[in-house]
Amino acid sequence: MTKTVVESLAEATPPRAASTIRGLSDRAIAWLFVGPTIALLLAINIFPLIWTIRLSFTNYRVNRPNADVSWVGLRNYERILNDPDIWMTMQATAHFLFWTIFFQVVIGFTLAWLINRKFKGNDLWTTLIVLPMMLSPAVVGNFWTFLYQPQIGLFNYLVAYVTGGSAASFSMISDVDLAPWAIVIVDTWMWTPFVMLICLAGLRSIPDSIYEAAECDRASAWRQFWTITIPMVLPFLMLAVLFRGIENFKMFDLVVQLTGGGPGSITELTSINLKREAFEKWRTGYSSAYAIILFVTVFGLASIYVKALNKVKER
Amino acid sequence: MSSFSVTEPSRRMKSFAAFMVIAYAIITLLPLLWIIATGFKSPSDAIAYPPKIVFEPTLEGYVNLFTTRTRQTAEFLAENPPTTWYEKIVAQYGMVIAGPSRFGERFLNSVIIGFGSTFLSVFLGTLAAYAFSRYRIPLKDDLLFFILSTRMMPPIAVAIPIFLMFRQLGLSDTHAGMILLYTAVNLSLSVWLLKGFIDEIPREYEESALIDGYTRFQAFYKVVLPQAATGIASTAIFCLIFAWNEYAFAVLLTSGQAQTAPPFIPTIIGVGGQDWPAVAAGATIFLVPVMVFTILLRKHLLRGITFGAVRK
Amino acid sequence: MKLKFAQTAASAAILAGIGMAGQAQAADLTLCWAAWDPANALVELSKDFEKESGHNMSFEFVPWPNFADRMLNELNSGGQLCDLLIGDSQWIGGAAENGQYVKLNDFFEQEGISMDDFIPATVAGYSEWPKGTPNYWALPAFGDVVGWTYRKDWFERPELRQEFQEKYGRELAVPKTLDELKDIAEFFQNREIDGKTVYGAAIYTERGSEGITMGVTNALYNYGFEYANPDKPYELEGFVNSAEAAKGLEFYKELYDCCTPPGSSDWYMSEDIDAYKSGQVALQMNFAFIWPGVNADPNVGGDKSGYFANPEGPGGHFAQLGGQGISVVANSANKDAALEYIKWFAQPEVQKRWWQLGGYSALKAVVEDPGFADSQPYAQTFLDSMAIVKDFWAEPAYASLLLAMQDHVHDYVIAGNGTAQEALDKLVEDWTEIFEDEGKL
Repeated sequence: MTKTVVESLAEATPPRAASTIRGLSDRAIAWLFVGPTIALLLAINIFPLIWTIRLSFTNYRVNRPNADVSWVGLRNYERILNDPDIWMTMQATAHFLFWTIFFQVVIGFTLAWLINRKFKGNDLWTTLIVLPMMLSPAVVGNFWTFLYQPQIGLFNYLVAYVTGGSAASFSMISDVDLAPWAIVIVDTWMWTPFVMLICLAGLRSIPDSIYEAAECDRASAWRQFWTITIPMVLPFLMLAVLFRGIENFKMFDLVVQLTGGGPGSITELTSINLKREAFEKWRTGYSSAYAIILFVTVFGLASIYVKALNKVKER
Repeated sequence: MSSFSVTEPSRRMKSFAAFMVIAYAIITLLPLLWIIATGFKSPSDAIAYPPKIVFEPTLEGYVNLFTTRTRQTAEFLAENPPTTWYEKIVAQYGMVIAGPSRFGERFLNSVIIGFGSTFLSVFLGTLAAYAFSRYRIPLKDDLLFFILSTRMMPPIAVAIPIFLMFRQLGLSDTHAGMILLYTAVNLSLSVWLLKGFIDEIPREYEESALIDGYTRFQAFYKVVLPQAATGIASTAIFCLIFAWNEYAFAVLLTSGQAQTAPPFIPTIIGVGGQDWPAVAAGATIFLVPVMVFTILLRKHLLRGITFGAVRK
Repeated sequence: MKLKFAQTAASAAILAGIGMAGQAQAADLTLCWAAWDPANALVELSKDFEKESGHNMSFEFVPWPNFADRMLNELNSGGQLCDLLIGDSQWIGGAAENGQYVKLNDFFEQEGISMDDFIPATVAGYSEWPKGTPNYWALPAFGDVVGWTYRKDWFERPELRQEFQEKYGRELAVPKTLDELKDIAEFFQNREIDGKTVYGAAIYTERGSEGITMGVTNALYNYGFEYANPDKPYELEGFVNSAEAAKGLEFYKELYDCCTPPGSSDWYMSEDIDAYKSGQVALQMNFAFIWPGVNADPNVGGDKSGYFANPEGPGGHFAQLGGQGISVVANSANKDAALEYIKWFAQPEVQKRWWQLGGYSALKAVVEDPGFADSQPYAQTFLDSMAIVKDFWAEPAYASLLLAMQDHVHDYVIAGNGTAQEALDKLVEDWTEIFEDEGKL
């Protein structure tokens, strides 16, 4: 290594500028480094957020450039909070959130625990299991409509093969009772590996010496599991739940491709509903208020959760 | 010794675990294998019922993915017999190839936007993470939480003002707009992840470099960066997976010029119906780059995924 | 006709003069449309235009489920992607009122293009806003209407014919009424044909865009549903949710429940075609655009398939209008070249070739030609269907109106919630609210 970029840059510039490059004060460097990030986030996150808040008090519509825009005060918020349809979408979202997290945690943790038995070739299988989460959710959702087709779909075929029933006797996507589970299954298929990886990281962070000490004390496997494994992995599990919770609260692409919110509005999650209001009906003001309500909800829930997480960590 | 041991699992335990994990892997990989297999089926095999497990492989799906086709009269086909293998495939259906499809462009857009934003978010993220890690910055914790919170907003909710803003600035449907947007979304992740990694690099390394006459800048460049290489790599995977697969922003903010592949693939239709082999072919090709990237960097995956929370 | 032609030739000469100036800077025109068979035919057709004009044509085709989303997004974001847009008929109100399309009246007048030369239903459906006034925002480009395709070869099997005769006391033939259609669908449902279980009918049930609405209206109209009081605009109560309309909605649900393939709860054009072509169904509801493709299909094409117009119901005889007009996008930087394209496209010879390539021309000169009805096996059905069309709202708020309808109809027909009357009552409620927001009520 002869010269670095900075050195050659410094040589090529006149003395005063060179000393500026070399001798930037710490504070200057700090701001130089953080500045672009903050600027970009301000421009693409904060400024739009403020704009959304402003819009949420108006009746503005993007697709009506010629219409008058007027202030409507809190009317948008009132309408949203009093709309039973929106509460329905909230329920659908809650159902989706709860069960996806439940299954992903149970299966993901079990898998991680099994992989941590360090059998031969566990690295290879771990890498393979992780593959579904590399796919694009929209593509996955689209392709699962194909897998879920009665008769020609692989899913129905396999279920029928295992249960001995008929593949055409049920339809995951069109049945009101099954559709909410159809989306849970696909999300679980796709994201269990994520939870598994986090749990695995947690399991691997536990020093062997703790178990060895427990073994010396002749603690039973069951006891070791509850007094060592679970408490040590808990912060990781909670982290996984936080990530999946935030992601699935925002869920749009996978479900919109899979069911489009149907049948009826059974799987219409809040994001899908919001997209219809904002980009199909073009009720910009109304949907801005909707967006703010969602943001406050997820922000509030996440903050409470993070506090709880920190408490667990401190223990 | 019959007793159970976590640190030294018994042979039986190991085979049991291996059996369960492999069984899960096979079940979970079935849909994926089905996608890959469907890419090599003919359209009629793809929608055959019961599903065909053994079939005659064909490249029809791939031909359909990369071309647009038009129907032609039998006379026309008789006069202009197909010459290449792909023209022959299309000719079975009384069609001729009219030109390339949009898939190539969409894929290229994905590459430009995916890798461009990954580079930018890792670059900016490294700088910011270094500063957060090493300097006293006023309101540091608030700033960090603020950076993280930007990821909590549903994309659809952010999309409304972004849509208006991009329209004003002429950034709608441009590569630059999408790169900036994905960079901003990924920055939160990248700053957090990288800060964790850089925190772990002992300060002594830089300090001794400073004593050797390096400037701060050089110390960062020559000492910290090489040390953080692992962290940067694993951060890059996560940024790329997000930007590569993102759908909501792409579908709302792009159309003809800068649209990436995820909104495009589900919409590939053939003669009338959805062309499943072509969709599957598109999904397969689209998976390859992230898959390769991930397999190459798989060792760092574990640390990245926990926000650098695992300390070794 | 002759005179008309001379006029066209003359103005073509004038345009050629302008064209010279234009040719100096050949424009790159982008035409946006849905991604479907007719679009490929248009690419083929447009090659002649490229040769004649020297302009370059590129195309942006978006699949149906995303078409409205993408294109309305494009118009509303002020994009310059499309110079020419073959937009769906219902967009015309919004695009006209918000100045997103170029008004074509002056252009038509100057070029001697007369709307009288086009099928009246297409002019009303694709070009006019406000409806019923001579304000034109598009040139009818592609006539389309919902109709039915059936498995002629199955209908002709003697054993099936006999069984049907015994069961229903009439011949197994093209249905004349919606009830007859349901009988036939019921007859085929779960039947073993050539060792495969087949089903009655593939109908529209899609939730996400406009699918189920485009399907259910074919039953609603024919049972007596009206969009509003014919004498008092926007008066919905008793027209949208009349008892007859509720019967129509019930009919559609019965048809869905008894006689469709399992899992067909989110089906639109492409899924219906899939089901039909793979030999799963005896009947298929779909827009006429699919007929050339069905006719040419190696499995079900030729003599194996037949076509019929939407059968009549107790309250009338209608069919849902589809199809589009071609418009010039106001934001385009190539308006002159785009108009040139429309002018070229409107010529009778071009329209004739359009039909030959599989595009449904809306020009009277083409469809009224004595040879037209026999030119393709589905040509007569197309004409019959175009004679009975009715369209959805084309209001600027059409998207909100459509979403409300999608929601309530899907909720009743597919999810099975509530009654038909309740679904329509809720629809009236939502539509009323939308029209109030619009200031029309």
